[in-house]
Amino acid sequence: MQAFTKLSGIAAPLPLVNIDTDMIIPKQFLKTIKRSGLGVNLFDEMRYDDDGKEIPEFVLNQPQYREAQILVAGDNFGCGSSREHAPWAIADFGITCVIAPSFADIFYNNCFKNGILPIALPQEQVDVLMKDAEKGSNARIEVDLEAQTITSSDGEVFTFDVDPFKKHCLMNGLDDIGLTMEKASAIDSFEAQASAARPWV
Amino acid sequence: MSPKTLYDKIWDAHVAHEAEDGTCLLYIDRHLVHEVTSPQAFEGLRMAGRKVRAPEKTIAVPDHNVPTTMGREDPKNMTEDSAIQVAALDSNAKEFGIHYYPVTDVRQGIVHIVGPEQGWTLPGMTVVCGDSHTATHGAFGALAHGIGTSEVEHVLATQTLIQKKSKNMKVEITGKLRPGVTAKDITLSVIGATGTAGGTGYVIEYCGEAIRDLSMEGRMTVCNMAIEGGARAGLIAPDEKTFEYCKGRPHAPKGAAWEAAVAYWKTLFTDEGAHFDKVVTIKGEDIAPVVTWGTSPEDVLPITATVPAASDFEGGKVGAAQRSLDYMDLKPGTPLKDIEIDTVFIGSCTNGRIEDLRAAADILKGKKIAVKRAMVVPGSGLVRAQAEEEGLAQIFIDAGFEWRLAGCSMCLAMNPDQLAPGERCAATSNRNFEGRQGRGGRTHLMSPAMAAAAAITGKLTDVREMM
Repeated sequence: MQAFTKLSGIAAPLPLVNIDTDMIIPKQFLKTIKRSGLGVNLFDEMRYDDDGKEIPEFVLNQPQYREAQILVAGDNFGCGSSREHAPWAIADFGITCVIAPSFADIFYNNCFKNGILPIALPQEQVDVLMKDAEKGSNARIEVDLEAQTITSSDGEVFTFDVDPFKKHCLMNGLDDIGLTMEKASAIDSFEAQASAARPWV
Repeated sequence: MSPKTLYDKIWDAHVAHEAEDGTCLLYIDRHLVHEVTSPQAFEGLRMAGRKVRAPEKTIAVPDHNVPTTMGREDPKNMTEDSAIQVAALDSNAKEFGIHYYPVTDVRQGIVHIVGPEQGWTLPGMTVVCGDSHTATHGAFGALAHGIGTSEVEHVLATQTLIQKKSKNMKVEITGKLRPGVTAKDITLSVIGATGTAGGTGYVIEYCGEAIRDLSMEGRMTVCNMAIEGGARAGLIAPDEKTFEYCKGRPHAPKGAAWEAAVAYWKTLFTDEGAHFDKVVTIKGEDIAPVVTWGTSPEDVLPITATVPAASDFEGGKVGAAQRSLDYMDLKPGTPLKDIEIDTVFIGSCTNGRIEDLRAAADILKGKKIAVKRAMVVPGSGLVRAQAEEEGLAQIFIDAGFEWRLAGCSMCLAMNPDQLAPGERCAATSNRNFEGRQGRGGRTHLMSPAMAAAAAITGKLTDVREMM
């Protein structure tokens, strides 16, 4: 997994609440057996018209946001299905940080498995960053995972929370499975004890 | 010992390892797998030379993109990309030695219907699947939730999940339901009251007389949509109805093992005085038959209401409501009962069980549909067979419904069952998101009885007027 440490980049504003995973990556793109190549279909139904032509008004089609690395969005981002295709599409587009007042649980966890840092901030702080994002390439937002800070283009600094274990894995690009397999003996002994206690399982 | 919630008890019984910061390895008793969210996980195992740790606890079934029309066992009758995914599941199931129900097997169906039906899902278990509606299995008092593909791979390799414990939330539905009000109306009304993020960070335990009174099918409908309320999982404490449902199922314990299991299952309830971080109480008698008007499952109103205006809302929801009204092509103040529909979809892991088909057939008996098309997609091959045996299939066919094979179908429209742009659908599924049932399609969520009523009149309809 790609590690995430620091990022200074352009943020794209998407001031909608309840952006669901069907919006992020519609189902017709889930019929892949790969993880890569989904960036072109990120937000497909908002981004392209019925003929597949770009809708110029959509934020990621505007010249100043084509290279966006950060997304600033409304409450409950990533609600809906568990499809990991959503973070795959976001990462494949080049966005590695999403800032919103809150995230849906499964999407939030999926981000950390794919080198994406989701940051939940109070609404008023998201509002400041949303205004920053609206300035396009005139405003760069800085994200520092080690220090757990976001710096707006005006130098205003916000701190954010992140689970220490998730932070450690993301900063070092660690593979969860490898880490868990180091605890195989704990799993073995749990399994033995559980199958004695609940043999029908 | 301090009193525990049901969630606390199941959690504590499955912690295989706990780190100092509270990060746990939660042991997984049942892992359900389908064709759309698993290919990358199996590929990951292959790349790393890893095996499936507990193939005997892993069950696969294709459901999301399989056609629901005859002849689907021939890959030529599928789109190429769907056929590749189903073929991948087929070969992965063989290669890794996991249980498998292909489309040619009468037991095939929606993964969340097959699990309980075959007795794979039992009280007190941990159940995961790469699908958010895994919450369904919570109806048995099993801790069940959806996971992403990376986590699917993690469970395949280690039979555990890295988790931190959620908070406890109690949703109590007191008293009795009024006639015409169903489990679907309960679960939609809860989401309407708490919002789609109201359960974020929580595991919900549903309780109260109205929940106790529900059948297992109804309880599955309630827990199924816990995810739409943002919760990690929904739970209902097991009782005699639960045991009765499980007894004799192919993978349920038998004989002495059954007795031991029931004795354990009877300990699975929330202790008196256990702490809940959040409590929501709704009177059963206050719940009406409801429909959704917008593009979020929280956009719930009684069928007797009118379409709201964006200005009825606050904050970010003002813009969202306006966007929904535009997308749904609805004018504020319009009675919901005046909204004309084109299509009716009865099915899905929310409402594709036998009881759902009985409720719809009860309304449809001797009537004809007044919509362009209507389809029933049973949740499994066994539900389909039972409905045929009970004469329900003939009622649907006589009314003008298409009688389909089992699958997820138009709930998420990954197979050919899709809405055309602008087409408006009365659906028994779980999500009314933009484009969910097909690009530009418009979805109103409701119970099977309400969907059947809408099929007859061609409009959103109060089923109580037909009873």
